Amino acid sequence: MTSTAPILTDEPPPLHAPPPRRRPLVWTVVRSQPQATVGALVLLAFVVVAVLAPVIAPYDPREKVGAVFEPPSSEHWLGLDDGGFDMLSLMIHGARVSLIVGFAAALVAMLVGGTVGLLAGYFGGKTDTVLMRLTDYFIVIPDIPLMLVVAAVWGRSLTNIILIIGLIYWTTTARVIRSQVLSVRERVYVQRTRALGAGHRRILFRHVLPQVAPLLVAITVLSVAVAIFAETAIAFLGLGDPTLISWGKLIENAFSRSAISVDAWWAIVPPGLAVVAVVLACTMLGRSLEDTLNPRLRVGHLSVNRFRMRRAEGEQ
Amino acid sequence: MGVLAREPRRFVHAVEGVSFVLRRGEMLALVGESGCGKTTTAHTILRLVEADAGSIRFDGTDISALGSGDLRPLRRRMQMIYQDPYESLDPRFRVRRTLEEPLEVHGIGSRSERRQEAEQALRLTGLDPPELFLDRYPHELSGGQRQRVAIAASLVLHPDLLVADEPVSMLDVSVRAGILEILDDLRRHGLGILMITHDLSTAARFADRIAVMYLGRIVEEGPSREVVDNPQHPYTKALLSVVPKRDPRQRSRPEILRGETPNPVEVPPGCRFHPRCPIAIPECREIDPELREPSDARPGHRAACIRT
Amino acid sequence: MSLLEVQELNVWFDLASGGELHAVQGVSFELDAGERFGLVGESGCGKTTAILALMGLLPPNASVAGQVLLEGEDVLARGERTVAPHRWRDVAMVFQGAMNAFNPVKRIGEQIVEPMELHGVAQGREARRQAGELLERVGIPAERAARYPHEFSGGMRQRAAIAMALACQPKILLADEPTTALDVMVQAQILELLVALAHDFGLALVLVTHDLPVVAQVCDRAAVMYAGEIVEAGPTDALFHEPRHPYTRLLFAATPDLYGEEPVASIPGTPPRLDRPIVGCPFRPRCDRAFAPCGDVHPPLKAVAPARVAACHLNDVPEAVAS
Repeated sequence: MTSTAPILTDEPPPLHAPPPRRRPLVWTVVRSQPQATVGALVLLAFVVVAVLAPVIAPYDPREKVGAVFEPPSSEHWLGLDDGGFDMLSLMIHGARVSLIVGFAAALVAMLVGGTVGLLAGYFGGKTDTVLMRLTDYFIVIPDIPLMLVVAAVWGRSLTNIILIIGLIYWTTTARVIRSQVLSVRERVYVQRTRALGAGHRRILFRHVLPQVAPLLVAITVLSVAVAIFAETAIAFLGLGDPTLISWGKLIENAFSRSAISVDAWWAIVPPGLAVVAVVLACTMLGRSLEDTLNPRLRVGHLSVNRFRMRRAEGEQ
Repeated sequence: MGVLAREPRRFVHAVEGVSFVLRRGEMLALVGESGCGKTTTAHTILRLVEADAGSIRFDGTDISALGSGDLRPLRRRMQMIYQDPYESLDPRFRVRRTLEEPLEVHGIGSRSERRQEAEQALRLTGLDPPELFLDRYPHELSGGQRQRVAIAASLVLHPDLLVADEPVSMLDVSVRAGILEILDDLRRHGLGILMITHDLSTAARFADRIAVMYLGRIVEEGPSREVVDNPQHPYTKALLSVVPKRDPRQRSRPEILRGETPNPVEVPPGCRFHPRCPIAIPECREIDPELREPSDARPGHRAACIRT
Repeated sequence: MSLLEVQELNVWFDLASGGELHAVQGVSFELDAGERFGLVGESGCGKTTAILALMGLLPPNASVAGQVLLEGEDVLARGERTVAPHRWRDVAMVFQGAMNAFNPVKRIGEQIVEPMELHGVAQGREARRQAGELLERVGIPAERAARYPHEFSGGMRQRAAIAMALACQPKILLADEPTTALDVMVQAQILELLVALAHDFGLALVLVTHDLPVVAQVCDRAAVMYAGEIVEAGPTDALFHEPRHPYTRLLFAATPDLYGEEPVASIPGTPPRLDRPIVGCPFRPRCDRAFAPCGDVHPPLKAVAPARVAACHLNDVPEAVAS
């Protein structure tokens, strides 16, 4: 129904003032969606920890510093793991791999999914049909078994894990971008540019892509969460790169060395919580960005019942 | 000229056998209800929709069969203005960029020449001084100003033909005349303008000639005043009778046709208008009338009705 | 006592930026049963907000002051609590774009029955029978009640929207741009229908539109709104033939007429912003007759002739000076 936002009259800003800057997008998001700020801060904290890992980790994560499954103490805040390594240091170093895999795989998904979505949506017709059937195909493949097979066949390197995750999770990006491009393509200014004689490349890169780019960013942030989760799962199943420390690997180690039966919760819970925190942060940030940027999700509502009465000025 | 537009599963003749001539320095108004094919006609002329038969001659050249490479230089000379000024400008482009883009596309001029061209176009559309507008985004402009920018963006290429699709219907009443005056001015400077509109009053006041379309056909065509004052086709008569008058004392008896424009998928046989026609006779079901000059009309005024 | 009396209606919107937008500024008018009243103005003049306020249909960031007396009872006295019982029962509305506001997955008939059952006007079979009758009355065969909105043309959906507004036999029908997106022929059909309904049911009709000729042809009286306030009101005939506010005159002059001879002229400039105080007459910057007092003194809306009001300083000076 009618939008609830009051229409400011059409008067442009005063002619002699410089044209006002558009309010930065970030600010709009922070203001309207405080959870985006929380998500971004948490994510930033993890990134800082990952980058500074060698500096802030109290011990060398590959150096045995005490007894197996030693409980948390003032020296080892998170205790020691099954090999007598410092859990906190392992966690800090593990953040590196988890985040690298998360961001890199999301980037792969963004590139593949973005390209597919853009081309399918813009050209439509046969291109669309072929690309979307391909997408459907990837959607119906069960993720985890495929990852297991591919990891087994390709080998268990970091690059391979990134590629596997990216190539499995690009489908969401492709579909969301495609539907957005479908509507942008029909916008009059795109048609006008076409009537002008502009080629596809110009229309795609100057008019369509900039319009969907913010949404692409939002989806990518969301897929970071998915990718980190997938990496944890792969590592937990023992298919991660055995030479690298990641949160999934930590959980797997602890689990396979029966940390649970010896009540060594500190070996399992902290890496689990770290995964949850990062995934949650990405989701909060991504969802808020998406809410703000994806017009399809913005619901206009004509709320009844909520207006206020007030006395006219000068009335008692 | 004929056009095939795609509808779910079946093809319809959106426009059939439409012929008209537009001269330099002339404004022709294509009038009709939605679905009558006036926008399809315009898009076909600009080759945004492909005609499946007929020819479009632009300045002597048949453009209906040109490949996209040969068409490009001609695209420069035919420009279109859209109905919705809120939609037809890229919200991320400043006015400057919107105006310079057509020149970039066609590789015309240096940077400074393009800028001069943009400023000149803004002045022509009454956005003077141009410096005040060049750095604005569309959302910083009023509806009328946006439509002026859209017109300016089509003028930078110095076109010979301007197709204006409902150029004022989305604008506030108080600014419409200003936009129409710009078009009128351009017409006087030699542009051919094809204006698509559903508003007969606007057509009557600003166009040189009016062509009335019904179900993909032109049913009447002639000089504006002549068509309005001496309508020949019963559809034109009905259409004119329902246009509300400004003066409350002139409450004319509108001759309201029942139903709505029929679906172009089911074009009636014979005269397309006969099922709704108040003066239809049995022959109308068989004879598909052609445009011709009725005896009691001025030269150049044609109607497609056997009863005239 | 008039059927509807609106007194000093004001609506403000809180803006996200912290300011306040005074969208409707002291609007007053009266309406009798069977009367057809036009509310005319350009986009952003507050005409839609004003009638949404009558219905109590404003968003949470709106605040309202003033009185809306429906048969003497102030329906806004206690906000939603006093307005709700009258909404749709006594005052119904055809919203702008109503033809596109049907629920696509519910049959037209069900959607007309809904307000009846909600307000306890009729239930079950009786409600369905009445819905059928209403559809017939607006020119849709009753059996089409079982159809879905997408099976109707734009004009038919607009008729159905009118039937829906009439579901609870209201006394007042508010129609916001009821014909704006429609073709002229369908527009004529809908306007004819509205006039007939107002006549047959003794409905008071408020037609909100930017289209002066439509008001001229349909309404007995009209009010012209500019920048949130009524600047002139009176019989439509008088508004056209002897406008007492320059805006009314210029608006008519900007509207092309099929047979008119005089040039069509636009009004230069744009309306003032309503999120800051306006000094003097809000129309002064665009007025072709502005003179000394217009810059400082806000002209009050006052009687200028029997049954006519206008807010213009020109009405206070002798004819010779004014012209």
